[in-house]
Amino acid sequence: MWKFIVRRLLITIPQIIILSIIVFILAQMMPGDALSGLIDPSIDPAAVEQQRERLGLNNPWYIQYVDWVGGILQGDFGQSFRFKMPVTELIGQRMVNTVLLSVVTLIFTYLIALPLGLISGRFNDTLLDQAITGYTYIGFATPLFIFSLFMLWIFGYNLGWFPTSGSVAPGTEPGTIAYWLSKVYHALLPGISIALIQVVSTVQYLRSEIIDTKQKDFIITARAKGAGEQRVYNKHIFRNSLLPIAAFFGWEITTLITGTVFVEKIFSYPGMGLLFLESITQRDFSVANSLVLLFGTAQIMGALLSDIILSIVDPRIRIK
Amino acid sequence: MSNELLKIKNLSTSFRIGDEYYAAVDDVTLTLNKNEVLGIVGESGSGKSALAFSIMRLHTRAKIEGEILLNNQNIVKMSTSKLNKIRGDEMAMIFQDPLTALNPLMPIGRQIEENLFLHNKKLGQQGRKKRTIELLNLVGIPRPERVYEQFPHELSGGMRQRIIIAIAIANDPELLIADEPTTALDVTIQAQILDLVRELKEKIHAGIILITHDLGVVAEMADRVAVMYAGQIVEIAPVDKLFANPLHPYTRSLLNSVPAEGQDRLHVIQGVVPTLKNLPRTGCRFAERIPWIDASHHEEHPELHEVESGHFVRCTCYEHFYFPDNKEEQANGVS
Ligand SMILES: Nc1ncnc2c1ncn2[C@@H]1O[C@H](COP(=O)(O)OP(=O)(O)OP(=O)(O)O)[C@@H](O)[C@H]1O
Ligand code: SF4
Ligand SMILES: [Mg+2]
Repeated sequence: MWKFIVRRLLITIPQIIILSIIVFILAQMMPGDALSGLIDPSIDPAAVEQQRERLGLNNPWYIQYVDWVGGILQGDFGQSFRFKMPVTELIGQRMVNTVLLSVVTLIFTYLIALPLGLISGRFNDTLLDQAITGYTYIGFATPLFIFSLFMLWIFGYNLGWFPTSGSVAPGTEPGTIAYWLSKVYHALLPGISIALIQVVSTVQYLRSEIIDTKQKDFIITARAKGAGEQRVYNKHIFRNSLLPIAAFFGWEITTLITGTVFVEKIFSYPGMGLLFLESITQRDFSVANSLVLLFGTAQIMGALLSDIILSIVDPRIRIK
Repeated sequence: MSNELLKIKNLSTSFRIGDEYYAAVDDVTLTLNKNEVLGIVGESGSGKSALAFSIMRLHTRAKIEGEILLNNQNIVKMSTSKLNKIRGDEMAMIFQDPLTALNPLMPIGRQIEENLFLHNKKLGQQGRKKRTIELLNLVGIPRPERVYEQFPHELSGGMRQRIIIAIAIANDPELLIADEPTTALDVTIQAQILDLVRELKEKIHAGIILITHDLGVVAEMADRVAVMYAGQIVEIAPVDKLFANPLHPYTRSLLNSVPAEGQDRLHVIQGVVPTLKNLPRTGCRFAERIPWIDASHHEEHPELHEVESGHFVRCTCYEHFYFPDNKEEQANGVS
């Protein structure tokens, strides 16, 4: 298993390097540089040029790249042109919110997916299964942002059960329990909205996985031993069907972190997705580029996580 | 008590294809005595596995009619909980494909122990492990302590088949069904597994139903042989009588298909077993595969007849049969 994990880790290194080069090229192609965010246009161009020289902005691209990577490794993503603050600080605040939202979403996703998938796979072609499958079809057909609007309108505005924007009630003291409860409360409605729609692929996947496992030969072996239905399901079918779902996990996290962009917009939830939209519309390129880099890294890490989880739960990989 | 272990009466097992049920096992009647070995032979698709699965009641979607009495308990009508007490305990089965018959995520030891656990609650954790190691030794697994912890994919096909055999014999079943235990294996491994089955036959005192394509194995190991064709038993007899005096044309064609020395080509009767849906349901099912026989000889409803003590054949007009392309061999082989 360790061999596999180490090998898998090694693969991520070139992936990340390639990603960073792409982002760097993107950044170079965009107008403005680290300085243009900081300075007042009225400053003397000669002084600006001097600053450029001092900051290394006139160096050849590969030196700039190395400097840039060096900065990132030390947590320096540059300055935000719009917020006039370090990108790191800006993203840091937003990241907490997005991670919280993702965790809430994940919890609801699995709370919904596991029972529905297991039931509909086990009792396939019964009424119950048809109802669940019907739901998954509706889920597939419904665009997430429209559904989110709908949820916001019903539970936010009409019923008033949930806050309609922000990530925390104004005036709560950061760090207190009330503060965190308020944060979770704010993440609840967007989280449930995403979960309800996003869960359908997991439900369908789990369902077909169970139906498939059900007719495997080793299930017949288990029955031939005299194992009852409950035992056959618990010890043989579920475990084997959950395996691919476990592998999904890392992937699911990344789609969450990168995929909540529009939902954050609808719920005016100040996460990384919303920040990304804002930075694009406001041409705050240093922020946008940093986010692309982070999203990409998250994607790579998610795939890594999936494989590691799989290697832990699946003995066929564990051994290699 | 009688010596009869298993009695199957008018068993039909049908599968649903489209809107209709088609019988893959059609009106089979047979008995198996305690400690007796009954060989079942027949081409692919003749319903051998369907029969075996019916006895274990492992079909999930099949219509089963007739009676299967194991020690006088009717398996067909039995409650599921009663059935689960019997399966794996009084009766057990060895499967055709060892590569898929083991749970890929469960260590070998636990797969064997599961069977012990289900039927012998008195045996504790320690007892189960001890018995499992014993079983692994019995089926000829080297380094059983190590294999106990391993997963199926770490073992070869032959080893896996040994594990499946260990699972089957864990609780000393009275009835053991072996469904082509070697078909999926390499030739050299086949011989080893057959040696094991042979060895176990002496040790475990079970009535055995041995399904196989290999007539040599049947000749050596079985006490009686049933020949199946298209879901029916076409001939059943004590092994020596069947080989000395095969009567049904299908039996003869099978005997001919055993590769003789110096002959590299198998003589197989041409054609294949018809699929379930295309089976002729009236008249003789085999008639279409021997088109050179004068149609007037065929029977309308061939039934099993006892032609000598214990030798039944589904045909009265066997004397008309001949195989045109190698009559001489026929005469020598059949005598
Ligand atoms: N679950 C099923 N549903 C529909 N048809 C089936 C099913 N199982 C078996 N059959 C059909 O029943 C017939 C008998 O199949 P069976 O598996 O019993 O043959 P077999 O004698 O064991 O052959 P083999 O030597 O290949 O194992 C075949 O025509 C097969 O297609
Ligand atoms: S002789 Fe009788 S049993 Fe045999 S093939 Fe013809 S009809 Fe069938
Ligand atoms: Mg078969």
